[in-house]
Amino acid sequence: MKLGTYIIKRIFLMVIVMLGVATIVFFITRVIPADPVGAILGGNAPIERVDEMRHQLGLDKPITLQFIDYIKGIVHADFGISLKSNRPVLKDIINYFPATIELAIASMIFAVVVGVVLGVYSAIYRNKPIDHFSRIFSILGVSMPVFWLGLLLLLLFYYHLDLLPGGGRNSLFIFSPRITGLLLLDSIIAGDWIAFWDGLSHIILPAFVLGYASAASIARIMRASMLDILRQDFIRTAKSKGLSKRVVIYRHALKNALIPVVTIIGLSFGSLLSGAVLTETIFSWPGLGRYIVNALLVLDYPAVTGGTLFIAFVYSLANLVVDISYAALDPRMRV
Amino acid sequence: MLNTVKNIGQKEKIKLFLEQRKPIIEDWKHTYYLWKSTPLAMIGTVIIFIFLTIAIFAPLLTSYSPTEQFMEERLLSPSSQHIFGTDQYGRDIFSRVVYGARVEVWIIFIVSIISVMIGIIVGITAGYFGGAVDEILMRITDMFLAFPRLILAMVLTAVLGPNLTNTMIAISLVDWTVYARLGRAEAMKVKSQPYIEAIRAVGAKDLRIIAFHVLPMSISPVIVQLTLRMGTIILTAAGLGFLGLGAQPPTPEWGAIVSDGRNYLVNQWWISTFPGMAIAFVVLGFNLLGDGIRDILDPRLRR
Repeated sequence: MKLGTYIIKRIFLMVIVMLGVATIVFFITRVIPADPVGAILGGNAPIERVDEMRHQLGLDKPITLQFIDYIKGIVHADFGISLKSNRPVLKDIINYFPATIELAIASMIFAVVVGVVLGVYSAIYRNKPIDHFSRIFSILGVSMPVFWLGLLLLLLFYYHLDLLPGGGRNSLFIFSPRITGLLLLDSIIAGDWIAFWDGLSHIILPAFVLGYASAASIARIMRASMLDILRQDFIRTAKSKGLSKRVVIYRHALKNALIPVVTIIGLSFGSLLSGAVLTETIFSWPGLGRYIVNALLVLDYPAVTGGTLFIAFVYSLANLVVDISYAALDPRMRV
Repeated sequence: MLNTVKNIGQKEKIKLFLEQRKPIIEDWKHTYYLWKSTPLAMIGTVIIFIFLTIAIFAPLLTSYSPTEQFMEERLLSPSSQHIFGTDQYGRDIFSRVVYGARVEVWIIFIVSIISVMIGIIVGITAGYFGGAVDEILMRITDMFLAFPRLILAMVLTAVLGPNLTNTMIAISLVDWTVYARLGRAEAMKVKSQPYIEAIRAVGAKDLRIIAFHVLPMSISPVIVQLTLRMGTIILTAAGLGFLGLGAQPPTPEWGAIVSDGRNYLVNQWWISTFPGMAIAFVVLGFNLLGDGIRDILDPRLRR
C-alpha cells in the first residue's frame, strides 16, 4: 500500500472510531444516569428548578433527538455550557488544556532523556552496578502509585526541605503573558526570566512524578533493544574494522536501537494522559485532567462530556501520528 | 480386557495414572525449573503469597476493627499499641491496611473474571468467524481503546455512582479490550489448524468447535496476560479510590486510605504512607512475577 493511501485509510478509520467514542460517551452520560438532574440538585429541589435544568441540559426531548443535537454540537465543537463555571465548555477546555500539554511535554522530555540514558548504559555495562541501579529504578517506577509518590515528594521537597513550591503552575503575583498558553514557552518569548524560573521550579516535581513510569518503561525497552543490537553481526564488523567503541555504540548501535523506543513513546502518551489526572490533582495543576475530575465530582455533565471527548480525540490523534510515522519508517507496517 | 483392568492392584493403577500423565508432569517440572532459575519471579511469588495470606487471615493479624471509630484515640503516631498509628477517626491504620488486602483481592478477582469473560467472548467470536463480524467487533474494541484507561474508568464510576461494586464494573469495562485482541489472535491461529477442519468434517457445529477446541487452546496466553495486568488493576482501583471516584469511606480500600490522610500529611504522615507502601509492595510483587513469566516465555528479554 502506498503511504498516501495508508494515511487516508487511517484518517477515515479514526473518524469512524471517534463517532463510536461519541456514542459511548453519549450512552454513559445520557442513558445510564437514571435521574441526572436529581443527582445534581439533590432531592429537595423545587420542581420549577428541576424542569428548568432538564430543559437546559436538553433532557426534555426524546432520546433520538437528544442524540442528533449532541452529534450536531460535536461537529460544531459546541459542548454546551458548563453547569459549574457557567461558561462554554469549549472555552474552559481551551483554557485548561495548555497546562496539561505543557506538563505532558515536560514529563515526556524527562522520561525520554532518563529512559534512553539509563537503558543504553545498563546495556553497555550489563550486570554492573549501573545496570542493577537502572533495573531497580525501572521496576519501582512501574510499581509505585503515582499519587502516593507525588504526596511523599511534596512532603519532602516542600514541607521539610522547602526547596520547591507546593503546587500550582506559578507563584502568586508572578504573571507571564499568555501567548501560546504554554507558560514556560510564553515567558521565554516575552523574555521574562523571573516568570520562567518560577514556572520551571513549579513543573519539576509534577513532571518527575508523571514521567517516572514512562522513563521506567523506556529504560527497560531501550536496554533490551540495545542488547539485541549489540550482538548483531554488523556491530562485530564495525568493531573489527577498528572503529572506536564510542563510534560503534553511538553511531551504529544507538541509532538502530532507538526504533522500538519510538513506539513506546507513542504508547506512553495514553498513560501520561491518565497519570495527568492524578498528578494534576495532587499538585493543584490547573489542567484538563483536574477539570474533568472536578466536573465528575459535582456531575457537571456538559463539562464531563466535552472534556472526555476532547481527551479521547487528542489521544487518538497522537496514536494516529505515531502509526503514520511508523509506517513512513517501515513499509511493512502498512498492511 | 475388562477383567484385567479390574484386577490390577492399587499400585499399578497409580503407575498407569502417572504413565498417562507423564507429559503433563514433565511440563510442570520444566516450569518449576524455569521458575526456580528466575529469582525475580520467586521474589514476586513470595510477595503475592504474603499478600494473599494477609488477606485470608486478616482477623487473626489484628484485634482492631478496620471501620470502628474511637475518637479518643485519634491521630496517634505509630507505637506498640498501633504499629501503623491511627487516623483522624481513631481507627487503627494497620488493621485498615490488613483488611484492605481483602478488598484488593476481591477487586482483582471480580475484575479478572468479568474482563476476561467479555474479552474472550468478543475476541474469539471475532477471530473465529472473521469477515464482517470481525471488522465490527474490532472497531468496537478500538472505540474503547480510544480513551485513556483511567479517564474512561472514572467517568463510568462517577456516572454509575462511586462505590466498590461500580469500581469493579468500570475497570472491567475498560480492561476487556486487552483480552479481546489476544483472544482474537489466538482464535485465528487455531482456526486454520488441520484438526479443526477434521472435526468439522465429522460434523461438529461452530459452537462445539469454539467451546471444546478453540477456547481451551486460546485461554493460556490470556491467563498469562491476566497475571501481567493484575498490578495495573490494583493501581487503577487505588487511583479511583484516591480521587474519591472509587470505593467510598469507610471501605478500607488502599487508595481511599491514602486520600484520607492527605490533609494530615504534614504532621501525621503515617496515615497516607503505609497504605501507599502496601500498594507499591503488592504491585511490585505482581510486576516481578510478570517479568519472570515474560522472561520464561521470551528468552530474548532474559539476558
